[in-house]
Amino acid sequence: MNLMTARTGGLAALAIFITVAPLGFSNSYFYDVGVNAMFNAILCVGLNLLIGYAGQISLGHAGFFALGAYGSGILTERYGMPAIGALVLSASVVGVLAFVVARPILKLKGHYLAMATLGIGIIIHIVLKTEAGITGGPDGMSVGNFKMLGFTVKGDQMWYWVTGVLLVLAVWLSLNLIQSPVGRALRAVHGSEVGAEVVGVDTSSYKVLVFVVSAVFASIVGSLFAHKNGFITPDISSFFHSVELVTMVVLGGMASIYGALIGAVILTLLPQLLAAVEQYEAMILGAIMMGTMIFMPKGLLPSLLASLKRREAGK
Amino acid sequence: MFAAFLQYLFSGLTSGAIYALAGLGFAIIYNASHVINFAQGEFIMIGGMATATMVAAGVPVYLAIPLAMAASMLVGVAMEKFAIEPARNSDVVTIIIITIGASIFLRGAAQIIWDKEFHSLPAFSGETPIAVLGATLMPQSLWVFGISAVAIALLWYFFNRTMFGKAMLGTSHNRLAAQLVGVAVKKVLLASFALSALLGAVGGIVVTPITFTNYEAGIMLGLKGFSAAVLGGLGNGTGAIVGGLIVGIAEAMASGYLSSAYKDAIAFIIILFVLFFMPSGLFGKRGTDRV
Repeated sequence: MNLMTARTGGLAALAIFITVAPLGFSNSYFYDVGVNAMFNAILCVGLNLLIGYAGQISLGHAGFFALGAYGSGILTERYGMPAIGALVLSASVVGVLAFVVARPILKLKGHYLAMATLGIGIIIHIVLKTEAGITGGPDGMSVGNFKMLGFTVKGDQMWYWVTGVLLVLAVWLSLNLIQSPVGRALRAVHGSEVGAEVVGVDTSSYKVLVFVVSAVFASIVGSLFAHKNGFITPDISSFFHSVELVTMVVLGGMASIYGALIGAVILTLLPQLLAAVEQYEAMILGAIMMGTMIFMPKGLLPSLLASLKRREAGK
Repeated sequence: MFAAFLQYLFSGLTSGAIYALAGLGFAIIYNASHVINFAQGEFIMIGGMATATMVAAGVPVYLAIPLAMAASMLVGVAMEKFAIEPARNSDVVTIIIITIGASIFLRGAAQIIWDKEFHSLPAFSGETPIAVLGATLMPQSLWVFGISAVAIALLWYFFNRTMFGKAMLGTSHNRLAAQLVGVAVKKVLLASFALSALLGAVGGIVVTPITFTNYEAGIMLGLKGFSAAVLGGLGNGTGAIVGGLIVGIAEAMASGYLSSAYKDAIAFIIILFVLFFMPSGLFGKRGTDRV
């Protein structure tokens, strides 16, 4: 494998950025925001495989995220399972669930697919809210620190480095997936499903695969989020959260791994910046969503790159 | 036994009628522009909130209602003009995000213009329940049935007997052909948003005395309306009405006989089943893709 390609370059830049950024952090609040931004970034890198590359929308991904979070919370708190085991078990269950629903769901297109994924997300939300005996209901539940091999991940700073490594890993995995024959097949599916089918791509298997991968990404991030945050409520599975995740992907740029990453960072930082005008937050967020989609339908990063290219060509 | 069943049926029909109005709103916009408007629920919320706050401030009901309907239509038209039209050639995901953005924007605005409290309206004709075969029916439910029926009849007349309505139908079948025979497609798109906003507002106003309303009330109503529309087959008016009633009745029965906690999940469980086995809804056209 050639190590000095464009993608390894981007990966190196990302790693350097994550390493250098803390120099500008003046207190643990920055680390906290940084960790959350990277959690969202990992999730969006996974979701982008589905939305951006395979062209299949999911308005229910917060559901998979919440299943990971609650899976870890319940298994570690109520059954005393080790954190890593709980994370893997939750991710496997979510993977199996995603696999079971993927085939019938991904036969649907456009608005019907949006409706079906939305429905799954909302059903998960309602179950988490209702089964108070297991999940703590609307009041939520506490989750302890992430312990592994006698080592405890705690504190914003330590989480920052752990999440940073995982983000680089997630980006590396996705880049490899996209460059592989699977990635080419996915892009063919996005371009024209029938066309892909005609040249012998088993489109439904690939769509199922990417749906499962993105759901597992969401579940793992959910598990980590639960330990980091120490407390989870059913709100993390709300329709609004699913919409937020899709918006991050679309805002940054569909079919662009770094775009999804940038979208995730921007939308995580935005509420922090808008805290001063809190009551206008929803209006501003809505306006940004509409504005980006109207003026830059391809998303920030691809639009910026395109305009840079145009400028260079104009010289 | 029968009385309980009847009771659930009444309550199911009442909410079903509102879902049907919301579903029709989805269908009208979808037909004209192939857009699913995730802000449909916000039209319902605006209708209810505007009327409730105006009445509370002392505006007579007969004045507050038309004003609220006009406000909602204005929002619908503005949304089409400033958010949908500039993005007309975008793909489905992009437009879904735009309308979701619009719904978040409108919710944020409602929270500032009004507040986060719940508001209600006095029932139109008193609160004395009517006894029917052992069950009771609130007079407001009759208003909901009556007004929904009138709205549906007027819509039917509009689409089948007026020139502009026929032009809208024509646009939904084939936009280019409609343009060629002189239909002003842009006006049709604006009208579709105005009309569905109006329908939403009507639903919001008649239901507010029963369910109360607040700035977030549109989310669930909108999503249930969306499931009604999908259940019936997107873009099919009759389908949306039938879908709305099915969702409303199923919900009421499930909350009566099974568990009220899972009431809100019922619509989405039904929709998943329907989509798995009948991917284009009950009345939807079975389409084939041209390569």
